[in-house]
Formats: sequence, structure tokens, C-alpha cells
Amino acid sequence: MADSKSVKMTDSAAKSGAAAGQAAVGEKTGAAAVQTAGAEKTGAVPTLEVKNLSISFGGLKAVDGFNVVIEKGQLYGLIGPNGAGKTTVFNLLTGVYKPDTGVILLDGKNITGKKTIEINQEGIARTFQNIRLFKDLSVLDNVKAGLHNHHKYSTLEGILRLPSFYKVEKEMNERAMELLSVFDLDKECDYKASNLPYGKQRKLEIARALATDPKLLLLDEPAAGMNPNETAELMETIRFVREKFDMTILLIEHDMKLVAGICERLTVLNFGQVLTQGETSEVLNDRRVITAYLGE
Amino acid sequence: MTKNKVRVQNAVTYGMVILFWIVIQVMDRTGHLTSLFKGLLVPLCMYAILAVSLNLTVGILGELSLGHAGFMCLGAFSGAFLTNCLETAVPSVGLRFFMALILGAVVAGIFGLLIGIPVLRLKGDYLAIVTLAFGEIIKNLINVLYVGRDVNGFHFSMKDTTSLGMDKETGVVLIKGAQGITGTPRAATFTIGILLLLLTLFIVLNLIHSRTGRAIMSIRDNRIAAESIGIHITKYKLMAFSISAALAGMAGVLYAHSLSTLKASSDNFGYNKSILILVFVVLGGLGNMRGSIIAAMLLTALPELLRGLNDYRMLIYAIVLIVMTIFNSSPKAIELRSVVMSRLRGGVKKEVA
Amino acid sequence: MSFLSYFISGVSLGAVYAIIALGYTMVYGIARMLNFAHGDVIMVGSFVIFTVVSTFGLNPFIGIAAGVLACTLLGVTVERVAYRPLREATSLAVLITAIGVSYFLQNVALLIFGSNAHQFTSVVNLPNLVLAGGDLTISSTAIVTIISCIIIMIALTTFINKTKIGQAMLAVSEDRGAASLMGIDVNKTIAVTFAIGSALAAIAGALLCSAYPSLTPYTGSMPGIKAFTAAVFGGIGSIPGALIGGIVLGVIENLSKAYISSQLSDAIVFAVLIIVLLVRPTGILGRKINEKV
Repeated sequence: MADSKSVKMTDSAAKSGAAAGQAAVGEKTGAAAVQTAGAEKTGAVPTLEVKNLSISFGGLKAVDGFNVVIEKGQLYGLIGPNGAGKTTVFNLLTGVYKPDTGVILLDGKNITGKKTIEINQEGIARTFQNIRLFKDLSVLDNVKAGLHNHHKYSTLEGILRLPSFYKVEKEMNERAMELLSVFDLDKECDYKASNLPYGKQRKLEIARALATDPKLLLLDEPAAGMNPNETAELMETIRFVREKFDMTILLIEHDMKLVAGICERLTVLNFGQVLTQGETSEVLNDRRVITAYLGE
Repeated sequence: MTKNKVRVQNAVTYGMVILFWIVIQVMDRTGHLTSLFKGLLVPLCMYAILAVSLNLTVGILGELSLGHAGFMCLGAFSGAFLTNCLETAVPSVGLRFFMALILGAVVAGIFGLLIGIPVLRLKGDYLAIVTLAFGEIIKNLINVLYVGRDVNGFHFSMKDTTSLGMDKETGVVLIKGAQGITGTPRAATFTIGILLLLLTLFIVLNLIHSRTGRAIMSIRDNRIAAESIGIHITKYKLMAFSISAALAGMAGVLYAHSLSTLKASSDNFGYNKSILILVFVVLGGLGNMRGSIIAAMLLTALPELLRGLNDYRMLIYAIVLIVMTIFNSSPKAIELRSVVMSRLRGGVKKEVA
Repeated sequence: MSFLSYFISGVSLGAVYAIIALGYTMVYGIARMLNFAHGDVIMVGSFVIFTVVSTFGLNPFIGIAAGVLACTLLGVTVERVAYRPLREATSLAVLITAIGVSYFLQNVALLIFGSNAHQFTSVVNLPNLVLAGGDLTISSTAIVTIISCIIIMIALTTFINKTKIGQAMLAVSEDRGAASLMGIDVNKTIAVTFAIGSALAAIAGALLCSAYPSLTPYTGSMPGIKAFTAAVFGGIGSIPGALIGGIVLGVIENLSKAYISSQLSDAIVFAVLIIVLLVRPTGILGRKINEKV
């Protein structure tokens, strides 16, 4: 059913803005324009809006003209074959790479070209494809590290053990334990992070990212290496996180069961370009998507 | 629960140092201390401070530094210089020594910061060789530094005493190139050394178990992840590095006040000294401050205690070093140890951070 | 003319550094370890040559052959006893063992030869080259050193590129795990690397002590550090890098000794190293390391 026009039309602005007419008008001017128009119309600024994002490495266009609009509270999937540039998109969004062209708006604020630290403080947190925990720190300390910018006292106050140290540390412990219990990790809080089983390490990474109190959570292949049971459990957790923290989530995933099960909308990347985007069921039935994954 | 465990661990470390002090006091009163061992007491404290402070850089921050002796050298010279300068202005030796300790730490800390800014971008072995290079540069520069004072104020030279161009009557040479600084009062005592060691422990242990320490260790464990959660990499690297340098500077001041002549020679402040301190840190265990103190004290005392064996002592020291490292770090030895331990305990205990 | 003469002796010193740096760079490239004891292998080699030539009065060539043989055996033995058990351990642990080996070698030499300096007889008995009507004298040692360095560089590059074991060395330096999966004996390859590096150290020792004849148990340590600096300067792991780094360092050291201050020459050498590394964090010919996110 979905040729390229209908895919564009079903783009996120159309859905959340509930302004099908607007979308139809904007059809010829391209997806980004439609989305902006739709957002303006309804007054709701999307949590993430990316326009024409590109980067090349040594002449190879790793990401080419990437666009996406993610509304607040949405669970959005970014899929595509290996090497399509999905993780590169994450690295661009989090400031690991600086884009050659394009604009990234978070809650309407331009964050293009900012440093990773600044982008995290603006409200984007992420997990990594290959788990990156603080392996020699305890599970609790991993989450407390995530609270670093939200519960503060100075180094001197810490060394001299002034009252502010005890007060803030107590707050941190409470907040961290709260987050850990969401992921059912509270009993393991004293474990070294590297001693957790694989599935729990993935969860801990999500907990740590959430500790930074983000507006947008990026999950890079959260189900990688998990068995079907663990994946099912993870799906529940992701849904729960969205409800509990009113979180907007963008995730990269190869597990189509997970994608189909929890993502509301999808963008498909192929060779660095957006192949199609739209509602999950439509995108997954798109012939070109199937071809991109399986070949002709 | 973790918090209590940390408290117990720290208390054991402090307690061990205090107990050591008490034992030495008792032995001293009862006349069981040889003069050889008495002379070793201040160096023992100094090396323990150096090892703990270097462990902050190597074990906690996770960066290999081979320039620790350079910071110690800076502290030693600025401290001894101050003590000699204020000889008439501040008659109390104790007060001058105290001021010297602060100045030495500040000077070394500032240099740590200045060197750290360009250098900490490098990684691994490259960082190691550059810190080694900085240590050698500091030592070489101080070796050719001449400073004198007369009625007109201070005079500096990089050549010799005559080119200081001082007034003949009132001129006093304070730092005399390769001959260094002479006449520093020998105010360093074992008790002061132990107090400084306790201060070092207080700073380092409290730092580690605080928000700052967590940030530093998160950088060590995974820089990219630390950045992704908003931790400022450069700020915390510099903080750890300069605190480590400042404490080394303080140890240097202690050292300077235990000798009548302070020279910036290779034996005192060369890269071999930095390596020696690194040996203490690695054998004591990375990030393990108590281990650093034990290793520093044992390995400093060992060659002296082996003096009876005379020529063979350094040879034995070298063999001990090789065998201990293999025993500590070889995968086969670790496996063997864990098998033996689990037999002894009758079961494997889960490792807890 | 005096500038040219300082320059040439600088190149000659640099050539010695380059030969030593080869030992560091090859071992680092293949075993990923910093062999701190390499400088002391030079000292051992020099003492063997000294004993054969000065004590037994034999031909210098026999002395060098004995030195090369002794150092090769020493290198392989040290690798087998002290480094191989730590192959999978942290690089820091290996560094500490290497420091232990360095102390060990120094103290064995101290026990046998004492701490007094021994006068090393030059292994080069050729007349100096006098040019420009006596204005410029180039020592025969310098010429022999530079020529030896060139020959060694060519031989080593050929060996690595043309022989099977050389290719194995490249493979191990690229990816040890993959190399062993391809059937390469990693332990043997590393042993050969140590053998070559140590043999070269003996030659470097002969050349170094011919130019600077005072020999003590600590003779190898500072040239060792300088050569390591040269290896890092040129880009550790790179053979042409060792050559460039060695020569540049030798020339800078000699010129600053001559024109600035002999006491500050080391400081200047190290300052140049720092500047180079700040501009090019992996040395002149070093590969850039990118961390994948």
C-alpha cells in the first residue's frame, strides 16, 4: 500500500497534530515542513525535531538528509539493516559527532553542534549498543553518577564531610534506590556493575540514563543478546518507563517483535538515508523495507 | 550497607597508621629502635604519602603518570626556599615548616594543573612518557637555578652564583644550582610525618567516596559513558591530577626538612624515583590506599632491613618485585590462588563492590 | 664547520638511539608492553664485549659476536621467565616486572663489575675522516655508527616484509587473537621479537660505548629512556618512526649541548617530545587511534 507519498503523509505530525488536512497541503513541500506546520497549528512543540541531518566520513555519506519528528511521550523506533547509520544518528544527536549539515531541535531549542555533556544537560540521555557501564563501581554508584548534575555539593564540602555532604548523599541514595527498584535492581545495589548478568546490565544502563532526568531517552539495541523471555520482560520495562516517567523514547532495534510490540512509529534507514517513516504497522508492511532487510 | 562497609574499611586504614605510630613510640621509649631504623621513619611516611597520592592518579583516575617525583621536587624546593627565606622574619621553625608545607603543596598543585591541561588529553603510554618528560624537565631546570637575596631583593640566574650580581656585603645565595639548598632546619619528625600521612588519607579517602570521586572513577571506567551522563571529563581529570600533585609536593616539603642539603639530583627526584613510587602503588593494589601504604613501607624498609646482606640486598629486592608481581597478576597464579582460597573457605564468595 | 661537526656527531648519537628504539618499538608493537629493562640489556651487552675485548684481549669482532649472542639469550630468557607468565595480565603489571628485571640486571652487573666506571676500548680502529683541510674531523666511530644504523634498518625492514616470521610478527602486532587463530605461534613470534631487539641492543651498546667509553652498571638506563622517548616521538610501533625519532632526538641533544647548555640538553630533548606529542598525540608516524562509540 505504501508508496513514498503515502508514507510521508502519515508522518508523525499528521498523527499527533490530528490535522490531516495540513499534512495533505504540506505533502509536496516535504516531511519536515509538514511537521513544523502541524506542530505550530496545535501549539505542541515536538520533543525532538531533526531536519536534514548529514555527516560524511572520508567521502562516505554515513547519514544523509535525516529527518524525524518525535512528539512528547512517543515511543519511536529507528530501524534498518546493519551499517545503515542508525548508531551514527544517535552519535549525532548526542554530540559525539558534529553534523555537516542539519538542525536538531529539542523541545524547540536548537542544540545542534553542542558538546555531549551540554546535550545531556539539555535533556538527552542514551544507552550504548555495546554496554558501557562503570564496571568497577557498584550498581548504586552507577546510578548515583547519573545523578551527578542534579544533586550537587562541592568537592571541598565532600572532602571536609560538611553537613551538605550527608544531606545530598542521602537524597542521592534515596533517588537512586527508587530508580533501581523500578528496574528490580535494588537488591543488587551493592554488586559491582560488571558482576551483574547481561540482561540486568542493560537495565542498569537505562536506569543510569534516566537518573540524568532526560526529556528524551535514546536506547541503542536494548534487546541485543537477550533471549525471548528477557526481551519480553524488557518490553514491559520500556513501556513502564514511558508511563511512569512520562518519557519520550527513541530506540534502535533489530528485534522486530519488540519493535512491532512497543513502537508507535518507525523510521527506516538504509545506506544513511531515510527509506520511509510512519506508523509501525504500515512501515513494517512496506515492500521496500522488506527488500532492504532481505534483499531482492 | 555499602556505606557502612566503606566506613569500616577506612577506619581500619586510619587505625593501622595510628597503631604503627604507637608501636614505634613504644619501641622507641623501650630502646628497641636501632638508629638505622630511626632514620628510616620519616622516609617511610614520605613514601606512604607519595604512594597514596599517586594512587589517586593511577588507581582512581586510571592514568599512568611517571612524573610524580617532579611534583615532589617542586614542593621540596619551594618549601625549603620559604623556610630559609623567612629565617629572620619568622623565628619559629615549626611555623615556618607549616607555612612551607602549604606553599609546597600549592606550588606543586598549580604545576599539576598547568601540566595537566595540555597533557591529560593524551592516553596510556603516551601520557606516561610525557609525565616522565615533565618530571625530568623540572628536575633539570631546578638543577641550574640560582637564587640569591641581598638588600635590593631577589636575584635569579640560570648560570652561576657570580652572575646573580648581588651586593657583596648583604648577598646570600639561597638556591645554588646543582648544590641545591643547604641549611634547612631538620624539623621533620616521625610524628609530623604520620600526621601528614593521616591528612593525606583523609583528603584522598573522603574525595574517593564523594560525588567528585564517583565522577573521577566513572571517567576511569568509561569515558564515553561518563560524558553521556553529563560529567565534565577535563574538569575532574585535572582535579584528581592536581590534588595528587599537591600531596606529592607536601611530601617533598617533608623530605626537604629531613635533610640538611637538598639537591635536585637524579637519585632524589629522577624518573627512577617516580617509578619506585609507581611500584608501591601497583604492588599495593590499584585504588587500594591501605595497600599503597603497606607496600610503600615494606618495600622502603626491606632494602634497609636487608643491609646485613650488603651487596645482595638490591638483587633480592629486584627478585621480590618480579616474583610478587607474577604472583599478584599472572592469570595462572590468580587461578591457583582462587582454587586454594575456595578450598579453604569451602565455597566461592560472591564478589561485592 | 663546527656546526657541521656537532650535527654529524648528533646524527651518530641519534643512530644509536634509533637502534635501541627499534628494540622498544618492536616489542611494544608486538607484545604491547613497555620493556623498561631494554636499556639494561645494552649495558649487559657492553660488559660482555668489554670482558671479551679488554680482559681476554680478543678481537673486537669476536667481542661483538659474544655480546650479540649473550644479549639474545638474555632477551629470550627474560621474556620466558618474567614476561610470558603475565601475557594476559594488565600492562601495568608487566611494566612493574620489567622494572624489576631492570633492577635485577643492574645489580647483577654491580656485583660482578662494581660501581666504578670501566674504560671501554672502542670497537672501531679506523682513522678519523679529516675534511676541508683539517677544519672538519668526523670520527670513524660516527661513520661506522651511521652506516651500521642504515644497514640494520634495511635488513630489518626486509626481514619483516619478506620472511614468514616477519609476516607473523606483523600479524601478531595487528591482532594477537586473530593471528593465533590463523595458526601463528604467538609465543614463538614474541620470543623472536625479543631476540632481535636484544641482539640489536648489544650492537647499540658496542657503538654507544665506543663513542662514550665510560661503562658502569647504569650506563644503559638514560640512553634507554632517551631511545624510548625517540620511539614514542617517531610513533611507537613504527620502524621508520624509530629511525626518525632517534636521529631528530640525537641532533637536538647534541646541538643544544653545544649551543645552549649541556645541563639543559635533556630538558630540551624532553620539551621537544612534549611539543610533538601535543601536536600529534601518537607521534610523527604513529597511527591515530579512534574509539568507536
